[in-house]
Amino acid sequence: MSAKNIMIVGVGGQGSLLASKLLGRLLVDEGFDVKVSEVHGMSQRGGSVVTYVRFGDKVYSPIIDEGEADFIVSFEKIEAARYIKDLRKDGTIIVNTQQIDPMPVIIGSEEYPKDILSEVESKGVKVDAIDALTLATQAGSAKACNIVLMGKLAKYLDIPYDKWESAIEKCVKPAFIDINKKAFALGYEN
Amino acid sequence: MKELMIGNAALARGLYEAGCSVISSYPGTPSTEITEEFAKFSDVYCEWAPNEKVAAETAFGASLGGKRSACCMKHVGLNVAADPLFTMSYTGVNAGMVICVADDPGMHSSQNEQDSRHYAVAAKVPMLEPADSQEALNFAKIAFEISEEFDTPVFIKMCTRVAHSQSITEKGERTEVQKEYVKNPKKYIMAPANAIARHPFVEERTRKLTEYAEASPLNRVEYGSGTYDFGIITSSTSYQYVKEVFGDSVSVLKLGLINPLPVKIIKDFAEKAGKVYVIEELDPIIETHCKTIGVDVIGKERFSLLGEFSQKTIAEAFGLEAKETVSLDTKIPVRPPMMCAGCPHRGMFYVLAKNKITVLGDIGCYTLGSMPPLNALDMTLCMGASVSGLHGFNKAGESETENKTVCVIGDSTFMHSGVTGLINIAYNQSNSTVIVLDNSITGMTGHQQNPTTGYNIKGDPAGKVNLESLCRSVGINSVRVVDPYNLDECEKVIKEELAKNEPSVIISRRPCVLLKYVKPKKPLTVNPDKCRGCKKCMKFGCPAISFRDKHAVIDNTLCIGCGVCASLCAFNAFESEGE
Repeated sequence: MSAKNIMIVGVGGQGSLLASKLLGRLLVDEGFDVKVSEVHGMSQRGGSVVTYVRFGDKVYSPIIDEGEADFIVSFEKIEAARYIKDLRKDGTIIVNTQQIDPMPVIIGSEEYPKDILSEVESKGVKVDAIDALTLATQAGSAKACNIVLMGKLAKYLDIPYDKWESAIEKCVKPAFIDINKKAFALGYEN
Repeated sequence: MKELMIGNAALARGLYEAGCSVISSYPGTPSTEITEEFAKFSDVYCEWAPNEKVAAETAFGASLGGKRSACCMKHVGLNVAADPLFTMSYTGVNAGMVICVADDPGMHSSQNEQDSRHYAVAAKVPMLEPADSQEALNFAKIAFEISEEFDTPVFIKMCTRVAHSQSITEKGERTEVQKEYVKNPKKYIMAPANAIARHPFVEERTRKLTEYAEASPLNRVEYGSGTYDFGIITSSTSYQYVKEVFGDSVSVLKLGLINPLPVKIIKDFAEKAGKVYVIEELDPIIETHCKTIGVDVIGKERFSLLGEFSQKTIAEAFGLEAKETVSLDTKIPVRPPMMCAGCPHRGMFYVLAKNKITVLGDIGCYTLGSMPPLNALDMTLCMGASVSGLHGFNKAGESETENKTVCVIGDSTFMHSGVTGLINIAYNQSNSTVIVLDNSITGMTGHQQNPTTGYNIKGDPAGKVNLESLCRSVGINSVRVVDPYNLDECEKVIKEELAKNEPSVIISRRPCVLLKYVKPKKPLTVNPDKCRGCKKCMKFGCPAISFRDKHAVIDNTLCIGCGVCASLCAFNAFESEGE
């Protein structure tokens, strides 16, 4: 199988590291060759962050380049659009509808695009939008947005539901397993 | 067991399995996790040193004392450790010693993109360059073998995409190594007479290492299926991009030992391959070597000196068809990194910007004070340069600059190399005002302890430098402490200290809000009836405050209730719970 490419994008501090940890764990358990790449350091301070997850029979490059991503999982609305160039022509975007203003918008030097997801859809891209913040809060923690989005992604990947659950058990602290399983289920169902 | 490990964790594991017993490092992205991961092993010694020179010398001392040792740093940290490096090349080692250095092509988190391989060549020290996590683990073991066999410190060079990429790694078992310390002045006292005698040893060692390079499994040829009429010489992450593009269709010489480089292997490869491309990030180290030994290669005329490569870089350079992409008409606003909501640095920068003070900056989270809307910084160069730079600035400007210029430096950076600049201010008496932004942690690299925090790398109680006493003891008579959440106090103290005709230090003290022991308060809310929409709070640049429908609003997922915005608002529109 040629490598499948998933990008996880968002705002530094939103919890993309746990999402990629979960995904990595799951894919290794499924017997794939896996590479996960992310940048630590300065960009984690509220900047735009991106994580690359690649899996298949053999994976060389740790990064995903223009036109290569099968999926972009975005923790924030405009971050999905920022990385659109990396998406394959027939790729899918899974996006949390949450809006987080970047500093240029806060100080009024730039505007937050109004209807960006419709524009993305008008280009023929499949957009699967979800209010992950509300669902995560419903599951018991606003911080579980990341796992809600993983639940959404799970519908597109041919990996049994119980394998995801056991990967969650391995990746999160015991006290948070139930909340995260619930968040995952809500993402999967909505 | 096979598991997914980032390169830095795999390297730490490799050092551990090789019997490394002492690591001393200074944190720096993308190298920090090597040391953090090593600290998790219980039967070894691991520490954060005040800077990379101290770390390298500590590791050297441990090697001399008979234990396999290592020090880890980012590329610019190696500049600081360069002094001991060049002479350790002469002394060699007792037990094996490894220097892990991580480059940052593309400058994800750095102030330059210097190529550390130059240091290996210049100091005549061997350098290994892994291309993924498994190689990082394996190369650590080989590095210690080379170190002891050839009597030399050995570099392991990482880069961001190897250090911070996870790939499948298989662990092994630890072996213990212990050497006896034997007094040997001719080898370890590098006074001129002894050093003169050691230099030929270094040259002879390089000759022997070149022979080793010809036969070492660190360098390998992968013959292609013959689709293309050229071959590629490459290393590190560039190897992965080459394989991503060409698979097994092209012949590749993958180099794992970057210094010294082999001669025969390269000549043989070039003879069989015909046309040869050298693909390496940053500077033409391999390319220059090839040309020096008379092998004609295509390198930097085709592949950039700048930034990171990727599979696209390689495909484009060979004229391969680009992948189809989607593009949008709408411009997406940039999202640069910024200081967190509640960050104690913000208050100090707000006051400095408001008073139009010239601010020489340093390396850390507070470099973000340069970003809009605060735009509070005038200079950032390297660790510690704010303090010494301020001294020079004021010697040049004298009374023109002294009362309207300060420098800002974090607690960890001050320990690293700011204190020497302060000694110079006290000794050579410039009328300078130094602000130490003490947030009680090394912030930007992800919360490492340092000599001012009172805890060691394992989180256990440790010696603690008292900043006030330190500043006084080097000769600063005026040392004051302020709370950066108290804007009025900060402004008053800054004005008073700038007006004084003597050197002074202001310690701006409040712990980083991301520290676990700092408990966030309830988020504030904006009372829309009181908010007049004057936007004064927007000049504070807090990511939790934005402007919607003519009023400020607070994002309650970001706000930590610091309340500084409330002290700025003339209409008392910011309300905390219970008011």
